[in-house]
Amino acid sequence: MKNKIVLTMLLLAMVSGFVFANGGGDKAADAEKTKIVLLVKSLGNGFFEAVADGGVEAAEELGNVESIYMGPSSATAEGQIEIIETLIAQKVDGIAISANDPDALIPVTKKAMKAGIRVISFDSNISSGGREVALAPSDTNLIGQQQVKLIAELCDYKGEIAILSATAQATNQNAWIAVMKEAIKAPEYKDMKLVDVVYGDDAADKSYREAVGLFEKYPNLAGIISPTTVGVLAASKAIEDEGLKGKVQITGLGLPSEMQHYIENGTCGQMALWNPVDLGYSSTYILARMIAGDIEGKAGDKVDAGRMGSITIGPDGETIMGEPFVFNKDNIAKYASIF
Amino acid sequence: MNKKLEKILQNRELNLVLLTAVLLIAVTLRAPSFLALKNIERIVNDTAILIMVASGQLLVILTGGIDLSVGATIAFSGMAVSMLNQYNPSMPVVVLILLGVLIGTLLGAFNGACVAFGKVPPVITTLGTMSIFRGFTFVLSKGQWVTAHEMTEAYMNIPKGKMLLLPNLTIWAIVVFIIMFYFIRYTRSGREIYAVGGNKTAAHFVGVSEKKVNFMVFTIAGALCGLAGVMWTARYAAAVNETALGFELQTVAACVLGGVSLAGGAGTLTGVVMGALFLGIINNALPVVNLSPFFQMGIQGFVVLAAIVANVLMEQRNDKKLLAGRRR
Repeated sequence: MKNKIVLTMLLLAMVSGFVFANGGGDKAADAEKTKIVLLVKSLGNGFFEAVADGGVEAAEELGNVESIYMGPSSATAEGQIEIIETLIAQKVDGIAISANDPDALIPVTKKAMKAGIRVISFDSNISSGGREVALAPSDTNLIGQQQVKLIAELCDYKGEIAILSATAQATNQNAWIAVMKEAIKAPEYKDMKLVDVVYGDDAADKSYREAVGLFEKYPNLAGIISPTTVGVLAASKAIEDEGLKGKVQITGLGLPSEMQHYIENGTCGQMALWNPVDLGYSSTYILARMIAGDIEGKAGDKVDAGRMGSITIGPDGETIMGEPFVFNKDNIAKYASIF
Repeated sequence: MNKKLEKILQNRELNLVLLTAVLLIAVTLRAPSFLALKNIERIVNDTAILIMVASGQLLVILTGGIDLSVGATIAFSGMAVSMLNQYNPSMPVVVLILLGVLIGTLLGAFNGACVAFGKVPPVITTLGTMSIFRGFTFVLSKGQWVTAHEMTEAYMNIPKGKMLLLPNLTIWAIVVFIIMFYFIRYTRSGREIYAVGGNKTAAHFVGVSEKKVNFMVFTIAGALCGLAGVMWTARYAAAVNETALGFELQTVAACVLGGVSLAGGAGTLTGVVMGALFLGIINNALPVVNLSPFFQMGIQGFVVLAAIVANVLMEQRNDKKLLAGRRR
């Protein structure tokens, strides 16, 4: 009896852990147009819906392209493999994939490429050999340098700056922080000083406490950079609660929908994040140019990607879209409704 | 005899007061501004939620059980109430608080029912519900957060603002403390908790229902988590799925620090409040003492353990004195 109850509960616990997403891709066929599929990790995710919007925007600009948005109902590699199999049968022209697994998709994407379909990956990339181009939203250097620039603009290029990160061993954040430490040595930032790096462990309460600790330790603190969504949110709240709005500036990497309040009330002047609309837009442009034969998709090729400017294909197909997108008072409302 | 026992219990709290003073002095030596009145107020306020939830945990531990689902209960009720606030901005704050308490109560009652009537050990029950409630939080929110923009000013002002010179959140904790203090000390049900935790068989023979007590303690713990959920999400102006992750261990630590026996039957609310404040001081001191983040977690554990060992040693000495006194 006891065991049964325990078992039932464990099962319940496991089932409840899943987040269900529903919906299905639609694939209206149009023989005339180039068919480009954006295959995302899962449906029902605001981030990827925004990717799809970008794809449609690019398709409209290009004219002869039809943008198709697809994804499995739950984020699994198996679900994506099934979809790619059907896409091969349907003979679409190009697929851009945000992969649920960097390696598991390789056999089926190879099959697709053999069948003459151009395959690239974006956001969450497929390992080399399983795609022609891998589009990353940004790279470590661009992100780190931009963060320093954003805080400098907010506090007039002078004062004490601190960083509120995620955990002390977070790979991404540590790489960005390393770049920030270098970037701040540049002559235009000579009046700025990086005084501390603290870690909020991506927990709201700890991040808040660390932010308050920074105010205590550095009474002249001019700004905080928090390159993590929880951190930038908690630090903004701490600044607001302590009545330091305007005195201590905050920037970082944050989701527009989560940060709208603080950006609109001026606590956070500006922040950045890669924009999923741009990802869908650029992916569609790159694929369309490859299918049209304008470019090969090899290292050094320059893609004319509409409003994103020129994107250069890097070695081994690894390509960087650009600097993260900057959100401020003027555009936050628009993007907050997207992601 | 009774007087002496009481003295020991009081002594234990006194010991913790001494240890807390030592800790405060040590931190202040490194960061002089730490003892400023404003900062003390900040620490107490920051610890308010821990005090609320730990006093619920106290009841469960007094029966010899443990509630590992408190963090998840906070997350779920906080998320549920925040979403209610998001979609019905006109709903009065009082209603939201009551609903938060109600949701927490229901979740706690589920724990209580499993333990009392299903005869599932508390650790297993709450280990299961810890995942279930957290999982439900994800299902409810679909992984999305509720943040400042979607919350009403009135909701975010529940813990903010001041009354009678004290921050609202601190006042909430004081109210919880007074009610719980009265309940544990002066009501029949409160005393029955000690009876069941101290000696099940004896309690049974004098007519105390173990089932009733078990069901009650988990339900009350849940209710307090529900209240804490509202406070937490309103305070940080963010209801996320990871709210209060790992918080259960802090509440247990506050109890143990405060001299509550994990075997049940022994422990006081004032001790728990002291234990919670001790943890609160560490939590707030670590960011200002300029230590490597890699050391912080270890130091936190070390200080807690050292405090408990010191406390137990001092108590043992008192026990020996007592025994020596009896022999004479």
